[in-house]
Amino acid sequence: MRSAILRALPAALLGAALLGAWEIYVDASGVEEDLLPAPHAVAAALWNNGGLLWHNFTVTAEEVVFGLALALAAGLALAVAIHLSPLLRRAVYPLAVGSQAVPIPVIGVLLVFWWGFGIFPKLVVVALICFFPVLVTTVDGLAAVDPEQPKLLRTLDASRWQAFRLAELPAALPAALSGARIALTVGVIGAFIAETSTPTIGAYPGLGREIVTDINLQAPRAYAGTTVLIVFAVACFYALSIAERRLTPWRARPRGDTR
Amino acid sequence: MAASDVQQRAGQLAECGAGNGGIVLGDVGFAYPGTRRQAGVQALAEVSLQVAPGRTVAIVGPSGCGKSTLLELLCGLAQPQSGTISCPPAVLMPQRDLLLPWLSALDNAALAPRIAGRSRAQARAQADELFEELGLHGFQQARPHELSGGMRQRVAFLRTLLSGKPVLCLDEPFGALDAITRGEMQEWLAGTLARDAQRRTVVLVTHDVEEAVLLADRVLVLSPRPGTVTATFDVPLPRPRGRTDDDVVELRESVLAALGADARGEPR
Repeated sequence: MRSAILRALPAALLGAALLGAWEIYVDASGVEEDLLPAPHAVAAALWNNGGLLWHNFTVTAEEVVFGLALALAAGLALAVAIHLSPLLRRAVYPLAVGSQAVPIPVIGVLLVFWWGFGIFPKLVVVALICFFPVLVTTVDGLAAVDPEQPKLLRTLDASRWQAFRLAELPAALPAALSGARIALTVGVIGAFIAETSTPTIGAYPGLGREIVTDINLQAPRAYAGTTVLIVFAVACFYALSIAERRLTPWRARPRGDTR
Repeated sequence: MAASDVQQRAGQLAECGAGNGGIVLGDVGFAYPGTRRQAGVQALAEVSLQVAPGRTVAIVGPSGCGKSTLLELLCGLAQPQSGTISCPPAVLMPQRDLLLPWLSALDNAALAPRIAGRSRAQARAQADELFEELGLHGFQQARPHELSGGMRQRVAFLRTLLSGKPVLCLDEPFGALDAITRGEMQEWLAGTLARDAQRRTVVLVTHDVEEAVLLADRVLVLSPRPGTVTATFDVPLPRPRGRTDDDVVELRESVLAALGADARGEPR
C-alpha cells in the first residue's frame, strides 16, 4: 500500500504543479472564464453537477466498455484470420487501414438509419475506431513467434490448430493486450465522437453531448465533464495493465516498471 | 538402380533393422531452392549412412555443412530431392530449447502427451515420473525463465523423450551452454541414454568432436557444403568414457585430423 502511494507520487506532484500553474495563469492573464475556467471553478462545477455528470458518465462508460469489447472480438478474430490466410491478409488489410480514415459523421446518419437512436450505433462507432490498434498489434504478435517453434511442434505431431493454440496464440497475447490498452484510450474519445456525430431525437444522455452543449454556455461544466473522461481513461488504462500482468505472468518486467 | 544394387540395399536394410528403429540413407541430396536474388544452395550431396537400432551416431562437420538439414530430413520436415530415406518416426531437439515461456517446466516436458490427446493430469503424471530421474526434482512448477541453461536443456530433452518416438535427433543440444555445464550435461546425457529402457536410436549433430567421441557408437564426418560423409569412425570404447582416456583422446585427434583434411580440401 505504501509503495503504491509512493509510485503514484510523481504523477500526483506533476499534476498538482500543472494545476497550480494553470490557476496562476488564469489569475494573472485575466482570461475569460468562458474561454478557460480556472481549476477551482472546474472543481466547483464538478461538485455542483455531480449527479448530472455521473448520470451522463454511466452512459458514456457503457459505450466505451461495450464498444471496446466489440472491437476486441472483431480485432482478434480478424487478426487470426489474416494470420492464417495470406490471401485474406492481402484482401482485408488495406481496407482495414482505409477504414480508419473515414470521418465518422459521414456514416453517422447511416448507422442510425440501420440501428436506430439507441446505444448500438454508438458502440459500432467506438468499435470501428478501436479495433484497428488491436488488429495491428495482434497480427504482428502472431507473426513474431520463433520460426523454429512450428518445426519443433510438427516433430511432436502437433496439428496446425494445436501449434496455433500452444505457441502462436499465447505468444501474441501480450501484443494483443497492448493493442487493447491503446484501443481503450482512443475508445474514450471514440465515444465522444460517437455521441456527437450520430443524429438523435430528444435528449440522448452521455458526456459527449453534455460537453458539446456546455462548452458555449457554461465552460466550467464542460471542463468538469472532460475531467471525468480523463480520469476514466487513466483508470481503465491501469486496470488493463493489471489485467495484462495477471494474464501474462511469464513476462518478467524490469524493476521500477509500474505499468 | 540395377538388380544387384536393390539386393544389396535390401541386405543393408535388414542388417540395420530398418523398420524397427534403424536408419538407412541412400545417396540423399538436398538443395534449398534459390530466389530471384539468391542462387539455390546444394546443402547435401549423396549422403549415405546406416544406423543400427538403439545406437548413437554422431555427425560432426564444419558450420553450414548441412548437418541441421540432415536432421530435418530424418524428422520428415523436408523431403530429399534425390536418394532414399528409411527412418522410423523421429523427433527433433533443436539447439535452442524452444521451451514455451507460458508453460511450467512440467507442462513443457509433457507437451507431446498433451498433443497426443492425453488429459492434462495424465500428461503431467507421465512427465513427473521422469523429473527426478533427470535431476529436475523440485522444478516442476518453475517457468522456463527461472531455470538455468542446463536445466532448460534437460526439460527440452525430457520433452523429446516423452514423444515416445524411436529416433531422437539432437541438433547441437549443448552448443549454447558454457564449457563446465556442457561437460556435466554430456555425462548426464550419456547416463540417461544408457538407462533408457526403450534403447532409442540417437542421431547427434555437433561441432564438438570430443562430445561426439564421448557419446556416440559411431562418428561420421561431413564435408563442407555440399555435405557428404567423408569418414566414419567406430567408437568401440566401454562406457562411461572419460575425456582424458587415452583411447578417447586418440580417437578425437583422428576425427579432428579428418575434419581438418576436409577443410583444406585434401583428397583422401
